[in-house]
Parts: sequence; structure tokens; C-alpha cells
Amino acid sequence: MDPLGATLSGLLDGYHSGTFSSEEAVGAFVRRIEAHNGRLNALIDFDPAPALEQARSIDDRRRRGEPLGPLAGVPIAIKDNICRRGELTTCCSRMLASYRPPFDATVIRRLRAADAILLGRLNMDEFAMGSSNETSVYGPARNPWDPDRSPGGSSGGAASAVAASFAPTALGSDTGGSIRQPASLCGVVGLKPTYGRVSRYGLVAFASSLDQIGPFGHEVADVARVLSVIAGSDPMDATSVEMPVPDYLAAIDAKTDRPLRIGIAREFFAEGLDPEVEAVVREAARVFEAEGATVSEISLPNTGQAIPAYYIVAPAEASSNLARYDGTIFGHRAEDFEPRTDAERDDLPGLVRMMMASRAEGFGPEVTRRIMLGTFVLSAGYADKYYVQALKVRRLIRDDFDRAFKDVDVILGPTSPVPAFRVGEKVSDPLAMYLLDVYTGSANLAGIPGISLPGGLSKSGLPIGIQLQAPAFAEETLLRAARTFERATDWHTKRPQLA
Amino acid sequence: MDVEKKTMEYDIIIGLEIHVQLQTESKMFSGCGTEFGLPPNTQTDPVSLGLPGTLPVMNGKAFNLALKTALAFGAEIARFTKWDRKNYYYPDLPKNYQISQYDLPFSTGGSLPIPERKDGGGGGSIRLTRIHLEEDTGKMIHAAGGMSEVDLNRAGVPLLEVVTEPDLRDPADARGCLEELRLTLRYLGVSDCEMQEGSLRCDANVNLHIRTDDGTTIATPIVEIKNMNSFSAVEKALHYEVERQFEKWKDDGLTIKDAHKETRGWSDPEGITKPQRQKETAADYRYFPEPDLVPVEVDDAWIARLRDEIGELPMARRARFESEYGLSAYDANVLVEQGQDVADYFDAVARETGEAKLASNWIQQDILRSIKEKKIGLGDLHVDPAALSDLIKRVKRKELNTNQGREVLARMIDTGQAAESIIAEGGYGLIGDRDALAAVVAETIDANPKALEDLAGGKKKPDAVKGWLRGQVMKKTQGKADPELVVELLEARLSELGH
Amino acid sequence: MNLSPEDVAKVALLARLRLEPNELATYTGQINEIVHYVEQLQQVDVSGVEPLAHGVEVRNVFREDRRTDSLPREEALGNAPKRNHEAFLVPAVLQ
Repeated sequence: MDPLGATLSGLLDGYHSGTFSSEEAVGAFVRRIEAHNGRLNALIDFDPAPALEQARSIDDRRRRGEPLGPLAGVPIAIKDNICRRGELTTCCSRMLASYRPPFDATVIRRLRAADAILLGRLNMDEFAMGSSNETSVYGPARNPWDPDRSPGGSSGGAASAVAASFAPTALGSDTGGSIRQPASLCGVVGLKPTYGRVSRYGLVAFASSLDQIGPFGHEVADVARVLSVIAGSDPMDATSVEMPVPDYLAAIDAKTDRPLRIGIAREFFAEGLDPEVEAVVREAARVFEAEGATVSEISLPNTGQAIPAYYIVAPAEASSNLARYDGTIFGHRAEDFEPRTDAERDDLPGLVRMMMASRAEGFGPEVTRRIMLGTFVLSAGYADKYYVQALKVRRLIRDDFDRAFKDVDVILGPTSPVPAFRVGEKVSDPLAMYLLDVYTGSANLAGIPGISLPGGLSKSGLPIGIQLQAPAFAEETLLRAARTFERATDWHTKRPQLA
Repeated sequence: MDVEKKTMEYDIIIGLEIHVQLQTESKMFSGCGTEFGLPPNTQTDPVSLGLPGTLPVMNGKAFNLALKTALAFGAEIARFTKWDRKNYYYPDLPKNYQISQYDLPFSTGGSLPIPERKDGGGGGSIRLTRIHLEEDTGKMIHAAGGMSEVDLNRAGVPLLEVVTEPDLRDPADARGCLEELRLTLRYLGVSDCEMQEGSLRCDANVNLHIRTDDGTTIATPIVEIKNMNSFSAVEKALHYEVERQFEKWKDDGLTIKDAHKETRGWSDPEGITKPQRQKETAADYRYFPEPDLVPVEVDDAWIARLRDEIGELPMARRARFESEYGLSAYDANVLVEQGQDVADYFDAVARETGEAKLASNWIQQDILRSIKEKKIGLGDLHVDPAALSDLIKRVKRKELNTNQGREVLARMIDTGQAAESIIAEGGYGLIGDRDALAAVVAETIDANPKALEDLAGGKKKPDAVKGWLRGQVMKKTQGKADPELVVELLEARLSELGH
Repeated sequence: MNLSPEDVAKVALLARLRLEPNELATYTGQINEIVHYVEQLQQVDVSGVEPLAHGVEVRNVFREDRRTDSLPREEALGNAPKRNHEAFLVPAVLQ
């Protein structure tokens, strides 16, 4: 058995049965990364030595029969916006090019305690703003199914790395679809947990009321295992919810008394949805029915308002969250902030010019655009019209879900309106890029969990994901439904051929 | 127009904006300490540095102290309160937003008492607009080479902002109100309110309502005064500003309609206010709800519990000391002003001895002097209320005279011994034997014929001569004679001798 | 709502972003396009709807007032772009 082809669960089985050691497995992943990362640019920074050393130490402990954590010896790649003490954490931005946090994110502490092996930093859109991984200062990550294409974003590096078997699992973050959309485009499983399920402490904030950390894997069991480790309330995050963490792995195959009730919103099938994606979703509905689920049409009337609401709320919060990058306490500071005009000389003190020049140099265009948009929608005279209105629509969107979940357990739909697009195809048109979040943004606004899992391949051989959404804190139901589909199909076993 | 001729008089209109640091062990949103005067940047943690990925978690004690303050001033407690971000760029604010409260502060209304002044003015109260909680900023220190240092030790210390209505009419009342606020907050254990250390800071808004003889009132432009670092500075700055505004109005005639609010800084050494540089851009704080902190709901039980914890406040205590014990307003005030421990001490001694006036005298003259001289707190004094009460009762029973009592008390303070053993060891005691003392009196008069001549000749005042004789008797008895008995026996003997 | 380049320049100053003249033109166009798009929200009837600002509607989360260690000063200053032995340094602030 080859550790590279293995899922997370398969890897653990291999360790237990002695088919391969952690060192052998990590060595295989390292060789894989060394051979292919140059093309895919999924990892922006990778030092094999500590990973191999940790693998050896876990093998020693296993030999001595010492107790090991639930992810012992499992390599997990980490998105570059999750803080690791003393290690570069840059959000793929020039602004944080040399930033080293003096603390670990809570999820990192939990992964360390579970004996997971933390691999190098994953490429991402700058500060998680983007849907193609093209706004990264390190250049775009690429899709292993077709390296001319985008892996999606913002957690593009994470999806690409798992799809390419650089690691069996990865952590990303999802603010408007940033886990689910790249998972869909790369043919892997990506889970955005309920807001408050996983601590955000140590996740560099993009939009605080929407951000959530979540796992990638090849199959549902993989993300269930990782979720069990990273979930739970945290005294360092006031929005993490005090609620017991169930054994998600046990939940996915649990028998239930009544058939699963699946809903499909009629609003999903609108302009902009690729017919191949629509066909995959319709086929998925038939699969669920064949597995004994009931499938009914539902309505989420405000679905169309999710993107406009999202592109007000997220930039508004981002404009405030990213204000701290001003060249004072951390981050990039411009060398030259001399006034360029007489007006600047007269009106702007050196301190203000220093901040303005540092931010202009440190942020790329997408981040700059969203900061300005967010600043505008919160500014005097406009806040009520844009920001407050968006918050009210946000509640309507959540109310839509609350109403729908009275009748169904899970909502089925597309993850991304299109399969993977070419690098460079959309990056020049911000609004077209924003519309890629059309099926994912509403879960963040409502705070509910969502998962994308492989649902088919396009005629040109690109993965197409399906999305399932469930009520807040109903991850067990969500994962069980996903597993139901997975059991009946083999899309999750497909792997890209790397040249 | 000759405005001066038309002028009759003016009212002074003063409102205060007061900031109070709460007395907590740790900061408002994180665990590092809140001490004053530490070396720069030695009291920070990732949260108070505003590092990417950090999150605030509300200090429960800070919130309770804030509620207590509001209750003490009769303010309305909001049943639902939330936190907002106030966005502005300044290097002492590492996140470039301050966590504060905007539209739903935890408290509105209430009032601050205005103490009565010695000149008979003052009294009554001023209305509070609101009290809210926010985080303190760091400090900027001027450094060499055109640079400023940023010290974040203070960043994140819990801060209460108290805003009053413009109800004050006299600079002395502004000072009185602030002093009463400090006393109350110290009674509550809310803050140490050291203006020199910045744990109590006060800005004042002031203008004049000038009455002209045509019956109209003219308001001068409002000035906000900052940089007042002591109670006397508040009073002096307001006096100065009143004069300045009146002179300025006579000079230029500008009214509130002609000019924006001006900010001026008080320069204590020069005794003047000076215009302060305005911020380079108009303020637009872009307030929005802080997504990282959850709202608070306060119920009746919570309020009742805190109300129970609030003891008798200074105003009420002064009134009770006058009514219950018959103390003068002056004495009641001195005892209350010393702080809750002294007032409690007095209460205990007054009750134990039943001699409130004596208790007040002993505490003011001996106990307070001692702790002042030794620079210790009342708690460090080895004389508890029971011990002092015991001594006062002995003096009252004439086991000792007052002078002896003071000596004994001094030794009690030095040694921590009880009065009884000091009296026994020191041979204190009163000669109360009438016959023995009569003999000493007779002896003294016989030995001083000059005194009798003075009395007879009327050269000296009889009281002076008698006083001198009484001193001689006390000397002969080493101060042990009962002074009242000496007077009685002297009068008797002198009248026998025809004087 | 149509933002002029002057409006966008004001926003950029508020957000402390220095824009080159050609960038100002580009951003003005793009931001207007996005603002026009999001204006469809104005059509939604939100009468009686409370704003939803949080990802999860929980209440009353507090921590105990317990003191924890401060960062060593070298670590606190460790990421400073400009510093001396004790503090972060910025261009002088005049008050």
C-alpha cells in the first residue's frame, strides 16, 4: 500500500498495521512535494527536516507503546493565515512578509496535542481575499487536474496540496466559500464548520463574523477526524460556543431511524450556473433518493441577495481588521514616505504619510479594493444605506435557512457555479470573481456549516463538487449525509495525474 | 457696537468628560497586568499588541465594576448592551480601532453630587449623560531624531468614560464634583483615581451665556480643555478659560454660531490654555458592532446582587454621621473623606464607646496624624477599633487624663500592646484622692506667695494666674492629677484665702 | 450613487491608502461597479428586521480577572519595523 494514495484514515491504518512507518509516509509526501510543488505552487515554504524528525519521534513512541494522539504521524498542511509561534505567517501578503507571531493559534495547539505533523505554509489569496488564489504575493497556486487552471480560492493552496497528495489533509479558512469552492474545483472534500464550532484565535482575521477554520481531505471520514480534534470552545475566543464535541467519525456511519430529508432550493438553478454543474447536482439528488433519502424542492428566497450582502459585510469588517497593518507594531513599513505633492506636504504629517505609503506598498490591489469598499460602506452618511441594510438582509438570509430546516435535514446544491477556470481568466474583473461565491457566501452570513464533496467530472475531466448545508451545530447530520453520497459513488477516489 | 456697555453678566456653562481606569488585575480583553509606571512595553501580550489573529475576551470584573459605578450614581442599567469598534488611526492604538460602546452603552442617566462649598455655594447635583466602557490606549513619548516612542503598557486597560450634561456653573463645583467622584469610586473599589498617574482624567467643555441688557443671551463658542492633570488644574484652567472667553468675546464678538468647537490644552506652569492642533482629517469613526465580542444581557438578579455589594456611599455617610452621632458637618466630612476604612473605624469606635465626639477627636488628632507621619495605612496600625475604644473608655472613667491617654495611645501604636498593660507598666493613673490632692494644692499656693500678690494686685488676669497654679499642681503630681478636681480644689482654697 | 475620484480619494485617506493617480481612476471605476451591484439590496423590504452583526447569537461571555504573564519585551518588539531598546518608533507626533 502506498501512503501517497491513502486517505487520512488509510494512513492511520497503515501506521497501525505496520505497513509503513510515519517516517516512510512523510518521506513519500516530501518526495512528492519536491517533485511537483514547483509546478503547482501549493506550498510556499516547506522545510522537510522538522517534519521528518517529528515522524521519527512518533515512530519511536509508537514502538515503545506510548499513548499517541488521534492524528499521530498525519501530515497536515496549514494555510498561511493560521499563526504558528516563531514561524512565518504572511497571509501571502508583502505586508507580513517577515512576520513571525509569538504564539500558536488554538487549532495549532490542538493539532500539536493530537501529534499531527505540521507541514509548510499553504498558498492562498492575499489575506484570504479572492476566489482563485491569484492575489497571492507568491504567485498563483495551480490546479493539479490542469495546472493551467486555478485551484479556486482563497484556500487554493490547501485544495491543490490535498488533491496532489502533498498531504492527506490540510487546514484552510472559509469566509465566503474559501474552503468549499477550492475543494469543489480540486475534487476534494472541504468542510466549513458552524461559526463558533472552531476557535478563531490565531486565525488572521479577514471578516470576523464570517471567518471559520476548517479541514480538507479526500473523504468525509478525513474531515470528520480533523474536526473532532480542532472543534470545541476556547477561552481565547468569545464567539466559540460552549458545546460538547461529538465523535464526528462515529457519527458519519451511524444508523438513523428515519430517512434523510434533502432539500434543493429552486433559486439555485439560476443564470450563471454551468449546465454541467447543474447536471451533477441533479444526479446527486437521484443518488440520495436511491439511498433512501427524500428529496424535495424548497425555497431560499433571499439567495440572490447573499453576494451583495456579503460584499458589504465582509469588506466592512475587513477594513477595520486590516487597519492594524500600518507599519508601526508589525508588518511592512515604507522606506520612502516623502510628500509627493505640495498638498501632501501641507496636509499630511509624516506619521500619516508613513502609514499611507506602508499600506499602499504592503497590500495588493484586491485587498486595497476591499478595504476601500469597506471603508466607504461604513462611512458617515452611507453606513445605514449599505452596512446596516446588509445586516438586515443577512438576518433575512438566516431566517430563510431556519424556515427551510424545519422541513429538511440538509440542503443540497452546487458549490461553485463553474468548474475550474483558467489562471488569468477572471482576475481582471473583480465583480465576476465575486459572483463565484454565489452558492457559498450565504452559509457564512447565516453561520451554518457547509461541505463540498466530489460529485462528478466535467466532460473535459475537471472535478465538480456538490455542496451540502445543515443547521448550525448539526455537523453530525451534515457529515452523515455527505457520507451517504460518498458510499454510493466513487468520485472521491479519483486522483489527478501529475505530469 | 459698544458691547461692553450692554453687558450685564454671564453664566458659566461647564460639562465634564471623565475617564477612569478600573482597578483590575488584568486588562480589559486579555491577561497581562495593569500596573502603572513599568518600563515601556514590559506589560503587553499578543492581544494588547493587537497582533494579527488575536481576539478580545471581556474581563468580567471590569464589567461588574462598571455596573457598580452606574448603580452608585443612580444611572439606568441597560438590559442589553454591546461593544462597537471606533475606527481611527493612531500609533498608541495598535489595532487602529478602539473597542468602545456607541449606541447601546451599558448605562445612561444618573447624577453626580455637587458638594457644598465653604462659601455656601455648590450643592445639588449634575446629570450624567451616559457611562460606557472602553479600552485605554498606549502612550506616545517624544524621542530623539524626529521620532516618537510607542509604549503599549497601558493599551487595553479597562476604562470608564463618564459624560456629564453641561450642568456645572462654577469652576469650583467642577473640582468638587470630581473630588466627590474620586471619593465614591474609591469607596466602591472601582478605581484608585490618581490624576497624577492618569487613572482619573478629565476634559471639560466650557462656554459662557452672556446676558445683555436688551434681555437676550449670547452663547460664546464651546472650548474643550484637555491636559488638566490635577484637581486644582481643573479649577484653575476653567477660571482662566472663563476670563479668556469673556475678554475674547468683548474683543471679537464671536458666538457659538460663528465658530466650531475649539480644543485647548492647559499649561500648568504658564497658567494658560493654548490651542491644540486639530487632527488632519475630519473624524469619521465608522462605528460598527464589534464582531469578536458578544453582547451582554443584564437581569434583575444581577443588578440586585451588585446593589447588595455597594455599601454606604460618602454623601449618605456624611449625613448619617451628622444625624446619628451629632457630629459637625466639618468633622463628618473629614472622617468620610479619609476613605471607607477610616469612616468604618470611626463607626466602630463611636458605637463601642457611645462617645462619638470623643471618638472623632481621638481619630482626627491621633490616629490620622500617626498614619500620616508613618506613611502607613489604617490597616497597618496595630490599634483596632476595640483597643482605641477601650482607651477612650478608660479616659472617660478617669483612669487617665487626656494627656496621659495620648501618651498611652502613642505607645499602643508603637508597640501594638493593649492600653491596660501599658498603663500598668508605665505607672499611669490619676490621683483622684480629694484629701491628698487638696494637700498638694495648699502646698503649691503656700510656696508661691507671688501668685497671690498678683491676684490681689490685679496686675495679671486671674485666669492666667490660676492656670499657672494649676500647671504647678500638675507638675508636682507628674501629670497624674485629675485636672477637673485640681480646678475645683484650687478655687476652693483660693476663696478660703479671700481671693 | 456614483463616487467621483475625489470621493474615492477621501475614502483612501480615511483608510490610510496612498493611491497613484492612475490607480485612483481604476479603483473609482471598479468601486462604482461594485457599489452599483450591491445597491440591489435597497430593493429588499427589511421593515421590522433587526440587523444581524454576529456569526453566532450568544450572550454574556466573560473571562475571569486573572493576570497572566506579559510577553518579554524583546518578543513584544520582535516584529517592529523600527524600534529602539524599549519601544516602537514612529515619525514624531506633534501635540
